[in-house]
Amino acid sequence: MKALCWRGKHDVRYETVPDPVIEEPRDAIIKMSCCAICGSDLHLFDGFMPTMKSGDILGHEFMGEVVEVGKGNSKLKVGDRVVVPFTICCGECEQCRRGNFSVCERSNRNKDMAEKMFGHTTAGLFGYSHLTGGYPGGQAEYVRVPYADVTPVKIPDGLSDEQVLFLGDIFPTGWQAAVACDIQPTDTVAVWGAGPVGQFCIRSAVLLGARQVVCIDNVPERLAMATAGGAITINFDDESVLERLKELTQGKGPEKCIDAVGLEAHATRSIDSMYDRAKQAVMLETDRPHVLREMIYVCRPAGVLSIPGVYGGIIDKLPIGALMNKGLTVRTGQTHVNRWTDDLLRRIQEGQIDPSFVITHQVSLADGPEMYKTFRDKHDGCIKVVMKP
Amino acid sequence: MNMTTHNTENTLRSVPPRNAGVHALARGLGFFSLALGLAELAMPRRVARVAEMGEPDDAGGLRHLAGQTPLPSSQTVVRAYGLREVGVGAGLLATADPEPWVWGRVAGDLLDIATVALAPRRRSLFGRSGGSRTGTLVALVAVTALDLYCAEALRRERMARQARPHDWSGRSGFPQGTEATRGAASDFEVPADMRTPELLRPWKQGQGQGRVG
Repeated sequence: MKALCWRGKHDVRYETVPDPVIEEPRDAIIKMSCCAICGSDLHLFDGFMPTMKSGDILGHEFMGEVVEVGKGNSKLKVGDRVVVPFTICCGECEQCRRGNFSVCERSNRNKDMAEKMFGHTTAGLFGYSHLTGGYPGGQAEYVRVPYADVTPVKIPDGLSDEQVLFLGDIFPTGWQAAVACDIQPTDTVAVWGAGPVGQFCIRSAVLLGARQVVCIDNVPERLAMATAGGAITINFDDESVLERLKELTQGKGPEKCIDAVGLEAHATRSIDSMYDRAKQAVMLETDRPHVLREMIYVCRPAGVLSIPGVYGGIIDKLPIGALMNKGLTVRTGQTHVNRWTDDLLRRIQEGQIDPSFVITHQVSLADGPEMYKTFRDKHDGCIKVVMKP
Repeated sequence: MNMTTHNTENTLRSVPPRNAGVHALARGLGFFSLALGLAELAMPRRVARVAEMGEPDDAGGLRHLAGQTPLPSSQTVVRAYGLREVGVGAGLLATADPEPWVWGRVAGDLLDIATVALAPRRRSLFGRSGGSRTGTLVALVAVTALDLYCAEALRRERMARQARPHDWSGRSGFPQGTEATRGAASDFEVPADMRTPELLRPWKQGQGQGRVG
């Protein structure tokens, strides 16, 4: 079969690889019908995530048709149409029973590696380094899905691939980030980053009834899409984020702040971002936490910081004094996708939201390597790339 | 590349390709600037000799006697130009948008050509300078042509990108409209583990006595 393979930093190739096979009784094989490039795939593309190996198949946003089912899987049958969440979960461990699917205790095949890095294991993820299990990803014609009697979400007829594909990652990720803010009708929610996850954070905050949603970025077409979704926008190239947020909140700051940027913050005009770049260049810091610092500084005391943006390692110069003295609550983590999918699928069916709004490019899988660059460079107005075999 | 957009709103008409070759050339020019600049800073005398740039000693002396500021020595000029090259080179290598830096190189090239052409001829004891002014000027013109080609290609790429409609302002994602949808999910019950801690919820008189430490 054909797949997009990671061959090193800035090197993704469309290659022929062996077809996947059923390895465990609960497995299923999915024939991919639609997949996407996620912003967090760019962290792999840019070489920020450790434990990648040359030849690893990328991709964790995908859906398709079940073509083979293991003997121990009674949930799925051949022909079922499913979206596959990026977090692989067993459904039986203590964390899965609590709904904390992204920290499933059993699905990561490389627990030792994760325990050394993070202290404890986290869930296995598709196509996202060997730290998270080394599972082949979904940017491929066929994908083996472990624990396929728990992880995949069956899709009813009448909805297009484009409407439901993002149930596997970015829609629940934006939703969880907003839910974690416990939004009240009087709240101002500030969202850093107008990429795909940021766009879903905005829509989720609007759906959940925030009084005011503010989005911070510097890419005009992304800000235009944020405005369309109901956000007031701040272009950090043109105006001071801190001053504008204060102005919008009568000097009090937003009650809820969401970091939908993560480890590759691209702010360039602040001293701290230059410091981060310098330290990162000499490998004294892995991530660039400019957004975290800004959120801690601007958030209203007793507010909430929600962090769906991906961080990978070590950061520096975090103003812990402000965080502590302001009594801020921090909520973060990979998304517990299966916790939200039923509810979000219903909202799509009811017409509350059509997630396909975020798609700006549809290409064939073979064009994936070029689209990684286009997406990374934000060229051509690119916000979300969807690929088909 | 066969590319379409799914959503019919604000549909992209085509894809402006990124000219990878020109960006690689810009990067190469960045390395060239850096190397040349460092050479000019480290070996100004040698660079001046290669370009057959003489010292304005006599003229400087006369200007000094006349109460005018002496002209800078060729080595000072070369060092200053070296600083400029290092700055442009670093800028080219650090930026995601090389176009203004390449135009900066073009301006620098013109300055270099003027400086070499107008500098006093170098004299040596044996009547040979060890360099070639003509050769230097030919090399400078060739580099200028390369810089101009690169800058123009980058400008065309930028214009092509700007000419394309990337107007996503119709992409709300809310089929019933944004304002009609605001609060549509307020029926959602936030799970207990994601609610604002009781300690931080609005406080009422008499509630939670003894909490304040």
